Amino acid sequence: MTNAELTKETSAASNVRRISGMDEEGEQLSEINPVASPLGGAAAKSHSHGAGAGIPDSSRAGRLTSYQVADFPAITGREEDWRFTPLKRLRGLDKVALDGAAPTVAVHKPDAVTIETVGRDDARIGSAGIPDDRVSAAAWGAVNEATVITVPAEFDGRSEEHVTTVTLTGAGNAPAASHIFVHAKANSDAVVVLDHRGSAVVSENVEILVEDGARLTVVSIQDWADGTTHASSQQMKIGRDAKLKHVVVNLGGDLVRINPSARFAGPGGDIEMYGLYFADAGQHFEQRIFVDHSVPNCKSRVTYKGALQGKDAHSVWVGDVLIRKEAEGTDTYEMNRNLILTQGARADSVPNLEIETGLIEGAGHASATGRFDDEQLFYLQARGIPEDVARRLVVRGFLNEIIQQIKVPALEERLRDAVERELKAGAL
Amino acid sequence: MSTLEIKDLHVSIDTEQGKKPILKGVSLTINSGETHAIMGPNGSGKSTLASTIAGHPRYVVDSGSITLDGEDVLAMSVDKRARAGLFLAMQYPVEIPGVTVTNFLRTAKTAIDGEAPKLRTWTKDVKDAMAQLRIEPEFAARNVNEGFSGGEKKRHEILQLELFKPKFAILDETDSGLDVDALKVVSEGVIRANEDGTMGTLLITHYTRILRYIKPDFVHVFVDGNIAEQGGPELADRLEAEGYDRFLPATAQA
Repeated sequence: MTNAELTKETSAASNVRRISGMDEEGEQLSEINPVASPLGGAAAKSHSHGAGAGIPDSSRAGRLTSYQVADFPAITGREEDWRFTPLKRLRGLDKVALDGAAPTVAVHKPDAVTIETVGRDDARIGSAGIPDDRVSAAAWGAVNEATVITVPAEFDGRSEEHVTTVTLTGAGNAPAASHIFVHAKANSDAVVVLDHRGSAVVSENVEILVEDGARLTVVSIQDWADGTTHASSQQMKIGRDAKLKHVVVNLGGDLVRINPSARFAGPGGDIEMYGLYFADAGQHFEQRIFVDHSVPNCKSRVTYKGALQGKDAHSVWVGDVLIRKEAEGTDTYEMNRNLILTQGARADSVPNLEIETGLIEGAGHASATGRFDDEQLFYLQARGIPEDVARRLVVRGFLNEIIQQIKVPALEERLRDAVERELKAGAL
Repeated sequence: MSTLEIKDLHVSIDTEQGKKPILKGVSLTINSGETHAIMGPNGSGKSTLASTIAGHPRYVVDSGSITLDGEDVLAMSVDKRARAGLFLAMQYPVEIPGVTVTNFLRTAKTAIDGEAPKLRTWTKDVKDAMAQLRIEPEFAARNVNEGFSGGEKKRHEILQLELFKPKFAILDETDSGLDVDALKVVSEGVIRANEDGTMGTLLITHYTRILRYIKPDFVHVFVDGNIAEQGGPELADRLEAEGYDRFLPATAQA
């Protein structure tokens, strides 16, 4: 069967406290930033924050982080974290002053949630994240103000009418910078949607701070018009016994590159990261995930699924999970699945797991890319199902696993409609 | 009463070496209620006949005709053939990611009948049919054929046969790869599907053992893309005793 041949599956899992064949020093499984790479050498380490002596050059822990764009060398495309990105289509986000107008902000929110526009010197800015690439640092240096959304402590915003929706509408194609800060105070429970629309060339930094005991869902929808370039570094800090559900939805734009990074500030933290993307002809959707387990007894789950159709539709998923020596009791699993619907589309999927301690609950990853092929179509049609219905049946079923995680009915319906629209457009 | 009529059918496939003829003038008429067994050595074109009736795009019909009650089957799309009452139980059922068995069965039933099945009776029908075929209830929530064993895939094919109630069922080596117990379960399913005696069956098989459970009215021996001999059930007995050797060219016997 052709599908089996086309499906590449890598998976590794362990549920034992002590992984056999591995001592407490752990094992290096990742090949990120090899010594020869521009980010792997001494120059990178001299700038890195939090990466002390003894971090191997190849480790994700050694990646350069800085608030200063000048600290990052010019991007050549040979770097591990840029090797899949079509740099021309960044349209200058890595090179020019990002002084265009930022996307406008409109908010629909419950009364208790506050929204402020603050200067770049506000104490909260930088408290949950630090740029780890040049495009993110460029935006950090360029913004004059940031939008801060605050969920008050103890707020109970689980019901649908309490959803906060921040609509970010592109203000044109002059390269711009944007900064959003989502702050869930202790023991709050809320849903925040970042809804990106319109047309833009923008580098965005999103900081998400989840205080102790809080539960927060953040959904970042990229429903841009054609021709948009959007780079977004979304950095999350999860407090003690806090839980964050982070959902990335990439539907529209020319080049969309979302880098969600999760860090834990105390034990008992829990992160669920979901992603859904539907890339059409010519679209480049890239998502690079980083989960940094540096605290004991935290849990992470990463589940990304994508459908691709049309010539030169390209998706990239890179999932870096680092379990540091001190992160005993970590429980992590990451998974990426792609469904290629037509010829000419390409999905790159790279899971990386680095484990520096054997004293963990479990760690695993899986990646598979399959093709909706003529044999599947024949099977469904041979059961009376017309071709267009067959295609919808498969894609809807495949992506619904992610959509149903959002738990905001109106939003789920919108995404189901969006998937239908994509399928209709692909049939033309 | 329906009739599936195949007349002087010539079928080829495109290969890297050019066009390769497979069926070389097959004629066969199947009426409602009749069970025809097509037997023959590997590579004789049995499965090509099955796939051509269902409309698989790999097979090119060069000449001849297939009609269902006079209607031109070859002019119909694959899904239209299924809705017209033809069902192919596949030799190698494919995995359909993201589509659960429940969802698939309901969607197909709706497409075939032209209306959604009544929810309450449908759910019960599915449950009962699954139980009779010894398919575990949790299969309903699994993706179609994903991770199914060979035997589970075949039982899932027969489950569809029972639920969709076609006019003609083409079983393409449904018996291959099944152990004796599974063969019995699957055969009983086929017999149930023809309970009222109105379904025509085209049973394609390499071996005679399934014919102990499903009694054919006619047996056709396929050799090199054509019917070399036909007869009643006694022909199957003779094949079991003698094998296909007498139909093969002398070079192959050496």
